[in-house]
Amino acid sequence: MIEVKNIHKTFGENHVLQGISAEFYEGKCNLIIGGSGSGKTTLLKCMIGLHQPEEGSVIYDGRDFTRMNFESRIEIRTEIGMLFQGSALFDSMSVEDNIMFPLNMFTHQSHKEKLERVNFCLERVNLAGKNKLFPAELSGGMKKRVGIARAIAMNPKYLFVDEPNSGLDPKTALVIDELIQELTLEYGSTTVVVTHDMNSVMGIGENIIFLYEGKKWWEGSKEQITETDNKELNDFVFASKFMQALKK
Amino acid sequence: MIFHPLGKYILLLKAAFRRPEKWNIYRKEIMHEMVSIGVGSLGIIAIISLFLGAVTTVQTAFQLVSDFIPKSVIGMILRDSSVLELSPTISSIVLAGKVGSSISSQIGTMRVTEQIDALEIMGINSPGYLILPKIIAAVTMIPLLVIISIGLTIFGGYIAGTASGALTAQEFTTGITSDFNSFTLTVSMVKAVVFAFLITTISAYQGFYTSGGALEVGQSSTKAVVISCIAILFSDYVIAQLML
Repeated sequence: MIEVKNIHKTFGENHVLQGISAEFYEGKCNLIIGGSGSGKTTLLKCMIGLHQPEEGSVIYDGRDFTRMNFESRIEIRTEIGMLFQGSALFDSMSVEDNIMFPLNMFTHQSHKEKLERVNFCLERVNLAGKNKLFPAELSGGMKKRVGIARAIAMNPKYLFVDEPNSGLDPKTALVIDELIQELTLEYGSTTVVVTHDMNSVMGIGENIIFLYEGKKWWEGSKEQITETDNKELNDFVFASKFMQALKK
Repeated sequence: MIFHPLGKYILLLKAAFRRPEKWNIYRKEIMHEMVSIGVGSLGIIAIISLFLGAVTTVQTAFQLVSDFIPKSVIGMILRDSSVLELSPTISSIVLAGKVGSSISSQIGTMRVTEQIDALEIMGINSPGYLILPKIIAAVTMIPLLVIISIGLTIFGGYIAGTASGALTAQEFTTGITSDFNSFTLTVSMVKAVVFAFLITTISAYQGFYTSGGALEVGQSSTKAVVISCIAILFSDYVIAQLML
C-alpha cells in the first residue's frame, strides 16, 4: 500500500498540490483523475520522487520515501515499474536491450536468464519475437506495450502508469487497460494510473481519486462515480456527449 | 546570477562522480563514447590540422622577409605554435562544436522525452550513467587527438612549405628539431585534458537541465557550444599564465 499524506507542491507562485492525502491499495488499480492542470501528474511525480514536495510524505508499506536519501531510495525504486506517457523507451537501444536494461543494472543473472525474462515479458504484452526492433520502428501502441514489458521486468511491487491511453485508438487503448488490470492481479502490485480517459475510469477504476484545483475533491469506485452529486466531478465525468447520452 | 547555475553545475558533477551501480556497464559505455568522441572526430581534426599547418607555414614565410633570419625559424615557429596553441585550442574549439553539441542535444532529447526520468525511476544515478562515461572518454581521447593534430599540423606545414618553395625540406627539419622544450608538450596535454573536461561537463549540464521541447534542445546545444568556447579561451589564458 502507498500512503500519501498532506502533500504540498508549488512551482513559483502556482500552488499545484494543496495538501493531498490519499491511500493506494495493493492488488488494485488506483486511478488519479482530473482535468488538465489539476495536479495529477505532479502528484504522481511527487510519489515517485521526480518532484520533491515542500510538505507531506509518501509512504511505501511503512517506509517514508520523502525522508530518504538517494541510496536508500534505490531499494524502493527497484520495486517500482513505471509506464510513461510517451513510453520513454531508450532510442539507442533495441526492444530487447530496453527491457534487459534494469536487469543488467540490478541483477546478477546470466545472459540466458535475462533473455528468458525478456522473452517472457514480451510474450506477456503480445510482442513475442520483436526483440531486435528499435523504438523508432514501433507504433504508438507497441511502444506502450514495450514500456509495460520494461516496467514489469523486475517484478514490481508498485506499478505507476501515466496517461496510458493518450494518442491511442479506442481498441488499442482497451488492450492496454486490460493488460494493466491483468498485470495488477497477476503481480498483486499497487497500481497507480493517472488518466483523464473516462473509458479507462469505467473499465479499470477500482479506487478512484478525483483532483480538482490541486485538492482531493472526491474518492470512490467506478460504480459510485456516476451516482455522485459532486458538481465538479459530474462536470468532468459527463463532459462528453457520449457520457451525457449514457447518463440519459 | 552566475552563482545559481554554477552551484547546479557543481552539484551535477558531484552526482556524476558518485560510485557507479555496475562498473562493467559503465565500461561498455566508456568504450562506446571513446569510439564516438575519438574515432568519430579523427576526420575533422585531420583536415583542420593539415590546413592550419599549411596556412601557418605560408603566412610565417610571408612575414619573414629579413635575410638575417634563417628560414628554419619557420619550422620552429610552426612547431611551437602548433604544440602550445593551434592543436590544443583550435582542435578543442572545433570539438566543442562537434562533440559538445552532440552531447548536449543527446542528453537534452533524453530529458524532454522522459528517458532521464525513466532512468531515475529505475534507481539509476542518471548523471553518473550519462555523464561520467563521456567525461572519462573525452579526457582520454581528446589529448590523443591533440597529439595526432600536432603531428598533422607539422606535416601540413612541411607539405605547404616545400611545395611553395618557402623553405627546403632540410631547413624545415632543422627548424622543427632545434631547441625543442619538452615542457611545451606538457602544457599542451594539460590544456587538452582541461578543455576536454570543460567541453563534456558544460555540454552535459546544458543538456541535462533542458526543459521544453525540440526548440529548447536546439537552444541548449547552441548555448553548450558558445559557453564551452568561452570557457576554453578563458582557461587557455589561465593555464598559459600559470604554466609558462
